[in-house]
Amino acid sequence: MLLASSTTVDLARAQFATTSIYHFLFVPLTLGLGPIVAIFQTQWHRTGNETWLRLTHFFGTLFLINFAIGVATGLVQEFQFGMNWSVYSKFVGNVFGAPLAIEGLAAFFLESTFLGLWIFGWNRLSPRIHLATLWAAVVGSWLSAYFILVANSFMQDPVGYKVENNQAVLTSIWALLGSHWAYYAFIHTVLAGLTAGAAVVFGVCCWHFARGRNVEVFRPAAKVALIVLVPVSCFNLWFGSHFGILVTSLQPMKISASEAQWDTCTHCSFSLFQIGGFTEQDQTPSFSIEIPDMLSFLATGSFSGTVQGLTTLNGDYKANYGPGNYMPPVETIYWSMRGMAYSGSFVALVALIGAFLLWKRRLERLRWFLWVAVVTSFLPFVACIFGWMLTEIGRQPWIVQGLLKTNGANSPAVSTTWLVISLAVFVTLYIALLAVDIWLMRRYAERDPSSPGEEPGAAAPAPAIGY
Amino acid sequence: MNLQNLWFVLIVVLWSGYFLLEGFDFGVGMLLPFLPRDEEERNEMFETIGPVWDGNEVWLVTAGGATFAAFPAWYATMFSGLYIALLAVLFFLIIRVVSFEWRSKSTSPRWRKVWLWANAVGSFGASLIWGVGFSSLLYGLPINSSGDFTGTFWDLFNGYTVLGGLAVVAIFAFHGATFLTLRTTGDLLERAEGASKQLSVLAAVLGAIFLVLTVVVAVNRNDKSVFPPVLPAAIGIAALTLAVVFVHTRRWTWGFAMTGLGTIAVVVTLFTSLYPRVMVSSTDFANSLTVSGTASEHYTLQVMSIVALIFVPLVLLYQGWTYHVFRARVGGPGEEPTH
Repeated sequence: MLLASSTTVDLARAQFATTSIYHFLFVPLTLGLGPIVAIFQTQWHRTGNETWLRLTHFFGTLFLINFAIGVATGLVQEFQFGMNWSVYSKFVGNVFGAPLAIEGLAAFFLESTFLGLWIFGWNRLSPRIHLATLWAAVVGSWLSAYFILVANSFMQDPVGYKVENNQAVLTSIWALLGSHWAYYAFIHTVLAGLTAGAAVVFGVCCWHFARGRNVEVFRPAAKVALIVLVPVSCFNLWFGSHFGILVTSLQPMKISASEAQWDTCTHCSFSLFQIGGFTEQDQTPSFSIEIPDMLSFLATGSFSGTVQGLTTLNGDYKANYGPGNYMPPVETIYWSMRGMAYSGSFVALVALIGAFLLWKRRLERLRWFLWVAVVTSFLPFVACIFGWMLTEIGRQPWIVQGLLKTNGANSPAVSTTWLVISLAVFVTLYIALLAVDIWLMRRYAERDPSSPGEEPGAAAPAPAIGY
Repeated sequence: MNLQNLWFVLIVVLWSGYFLLEGFDFGVGMLLPFLPRDEEERNEMFETIGPVWDGNEVWLVTAGGATFAAFPAWYATMFSGLYIALLAVLFFLIIRVVSFEWRSKSTSPRWRKVWLWANAVGSFGASLIWGVGFSSLLYGLPINSSGDFTGTFWDLFNGYTVLGGLAVVAIFAFHGATFLTLRTTGDLLERAEGASKQLSVLAAVLGAIFLVLTVVVAVNRNDKSVFPPVLPAAIGIAALTLAVVFVHTRRWTWGFAMTGLGTIAVVVTLFTSLYPRVMVSSTDFANSLTVSGTASEHYTLQVMSIVALIFVPLVLLYQGWTYHVFRARVGGPGEEPTH
């Protein structure tokens, strides 16, 4: 019985993780590519220069290929709470349901409706209104991210509630919407989205430069991409580490696990890389590279700050919440944190070098760098995956921090068989869709951007983006 | 009316909006393999719903989110109980959603055919399951005393629910056909008109039988009296009958209005038959989930009411504007080719 119940939780978790990670490959691209395409179209609107229009169409197509899967998997996300986590849903619905419903009414309607208008409105709306529809869709997607992150924040740092009759009841919508965690998560996520969007645009430009194609068209796009990418990727590194200080105060266990810090310390050093030291039995790494005082600084903002050790924290949790193990899987969290931070740093580095090369007018000819930039366009997505692993696995064993444990929050009605079937269906479908998506993205990213003359209705070109 | 009842009504409004709007784009999807004769007509058919399907689907997202927020225990039991059915819905919706964007991305006839069929199968499958699923809420599912579903996937199926599925498919197909009579031109228009006539009788007959049975099921299995469920059922039967008359007398706008009204009447009849319950238990009637037993606390409902009061009219306004912008028939004179 115990085995059976833990298997259903594990399967439900595997399914949620699969869908969330998959969904979040498409979300950052929507958040980041949307505004960049809107900038291109705005530039066209302002200058009348056809190059901007070609870029709008070119990157607009890439944007829409992905948007479709983002919508489809977003639906799965919403359904999954009730399907796989009915105990959780009943417990948090009063609070957690509100931002989800508001997201639909206030954000997703806006995004979807106006995107439909943009795709098909080229010939039916005035250029000014048509441009406004794209910006409205971008605003919708950002608002959408905010409300979803408000919901997620309740799982990390519940606020604005009280527990009554064994369920969380909303006491203040403003406290919920004003959650500090939500603000940090929102800014961090939007910056990550912009990083992803700009890195993809920059990567595609470099791909064309490397092959010596369409250089004139992609030069301004590369410039816009770097103008976004340099500040955003650098700022997000700082902001992410600043976010870490908030996490230390609200979820100290997550931070200690991400550093495999077993003992409470002051002047704690940050380990860049280590072998071993990830289990209670083996707490001392056999090899590690460390920066003195750095962990104290990252976690607390002070080089002499105190970081609580895993063992201490686990003892505190036991005293508060009863017997059990309150530590997340340390090794996974340690590497997730580094996977995120290192990929993010690499993107920022490439952006800085790219900007320097652009300034020196050497970007388009430095072939090795161009290929590095192409590969780098995948890294923001890697960073996002690791970031969410850190956030979600790092919260375990809780599904709602301090209130409800993951084990037992799943749906009692759902059998192992159902879970296996659904997991198989989703995984097969996701792999197939990803394969098609990558094939389509490659195909469309490789194409020459259509010149206005090639398309019907040169002045107001029919959407290459339409049907 | 207290807030719990208001939210029950709002959930009905959201599902009605979803059925009304996605109903015709599912209908158009189902007709995709049958009406067009060449690639140009296929493109035109896709374009009739291209600008609006995504906005239509948000009604589903919102109905789901609103149920979660306003009736968490209903959301939890319904979504976990209808697990395999919803898995199938998700599968159908996913292949359909991507078909819209991806079909146009290659000129290969085979590729285009695959995505056309993905859309058609997705539309058909999702419609069928919505019909079966919603009628099963009324017919009754095994629910224990703690409000959890205890059955299997097959508990959803019986004569009544299967009829519900088929009726919804037929009504959506008819609704899609009448929509096409307003949005297409030329040969495609003629075929859409023909399809409307052919589908009208089938949809009206299946719809009428289903609506009558729904009232019977409400009386027999949900402790309701004939009135009020008979009221929306009668309106539904009248609307579908009038739709038959209108399409045969070539009054297409009225035909579409009546298929729309008929679609809404189906949703309203089902929910009126359910009230004050939201899911009937076949294990023990006392285990049935109710509006008051599953609702969120007063404060959450208050907050959500204010949000709905602000945003529902706004959404209606800009979605209405979208339909206004794309009111011209696809493929009509003066139309830029958009492929």
